[in-house]
Amino acid sequence: MREATLWTLHLAAGIVILVLLAVHMGIMHLEDILAAMGTGYPDPLSWTSVVVRSKKLLFTVAYVLLLGTALYHGLYGLRNILLELNPGRVAARVIQWLVLALGISLFVLGTVAAIVAYVR
Amino acid sequence: MDREREQTAQSFGEEVVKVVRFRVQRFRPEEGKAYVQEFQVPVYRGMTVLDGLHYVRDNLDSTLAYRFSCRMGVCGSCGMFINGFPRLACQTQILELGSDTVDVRPMPNYPVVKDLVPDLGPLFEKHRTVRPYVIRDPRELEQPTGEFLQKPEELEEFLQFTYCIKCGLCLTACPTVATDPQYLGPQALAQAYRYCKDTRDAGMDERLKVAAGTEGPWRCHLAGACSEACPKGVDPALGIQLLKRLALLRRWRLKKPHRPAPLAGERTGVSRRPGIPEPPPPTVESEGSASS
Repeated sequence: MREATLWTLHLAAGIVILVLLAVHMGIMHLEDILAAMGTGYPDPLSWTSVVVRSKKLLFTVAYVLLLGTALYHGLYGLRNILLELNPGRVAARVIQWLVLALGISLFVLGTVAAIVAYVR
Repeated sequence: MDREREQTAQSFGEEVVKVVRFRVQRFRPEEGKAYVQEFQVPVYRGMTVLDGLHYVRDNLDSTLAYRFSCRMGVCGSCGMFINGFPRLACQTQILELGSDTVDVRPMPNYPVVKDLVPDLGPLFEKHRTVRPYVIRDPRELEQPTGEFLQKPEELEEFLQFTYCIKCGLCLTACPTVATDPQYLGPQALAQAYRYCKDTRDAGMDERLKVAAGTEGPWRCHLAGACSEACPKGVDPALGIQLLKRLALLRRWRLKKPHRPAPLAGERTGVSRRPGIPEPPPPTVESEGSASS
């Protein structure tokens, strides 16, 4: 039932991505409406706004969450595409480990960047 | 059209409507390469592609090899790739194809034995893998003492999947099978769901270990080509999605396996209506009679 677990995580990651991207689109493109409601940031694409957001814990957590879910969702799809090429038993294991290693590396890199931006 | 052909068509009591060109893919294993051979076939109303192949074999080339049996869409033997779509030759009316050319090829995604004869070994291997039978206490299966009780509404939950005739057209249509021969495919997965939902069965978890493994329903791309090709309306694509849901619910313990259907007890308070004959004796001997 390992595949069932991986598939469930894939679905869950997709839902989280949907929510976080909706928030992202709102912040980036509905700034006038959000500002009128007293919750938005003016000029969200400016350097100052980016720095201000990266100093907030909620945004840092959201960045790391989006990074993790997007990496899992995308790399799970990549793994499936590669496995469907029917590479053989040993090659399939190698592919899975490589995809896992790639995902963890990128996640660590992105998370460190987000934390450093938050701390500094 | 020569006189012999006319007589052949008229022997069916029908007027010849037109002459159609049959483009048949030939393959002789000893030669090792496929080629296309053309035949002119007189067509009458109601004539199927299988009838056309019979005509070719009987009148034009007796070496043409193809599979068929029941000629009425029940046995699933005559699956072929006809005018670019997987169909049963016995159920495909030539005139309904709306073309003056009928292109007949063996089913893709299977090794070819000869001409239009595919090797259905992969289909049956995959089918066998998902244990397509009721899993119960072997003592009861081998020495039955009664029938398993099942309500009509319980039967309806999987009834449509029992109509599979194992013709293999769904595997021919499946784009995932075309690229990944290890994928269990729509036929086996739909049958896995069919037996998992059968209330007489007690082997859901055992079956899901294989059917919901790496080569299971997760490989389905939801193209739906299998359901479109299925000549019996089984809708194997639906079966795959239902199997996927079942596997997820079992994985997270959100669904308990059904209790296996109980055995029917002795009938009491009913008597046989007059004129209805007694049933034949059981074909399997009970333990008592076997030992005596």
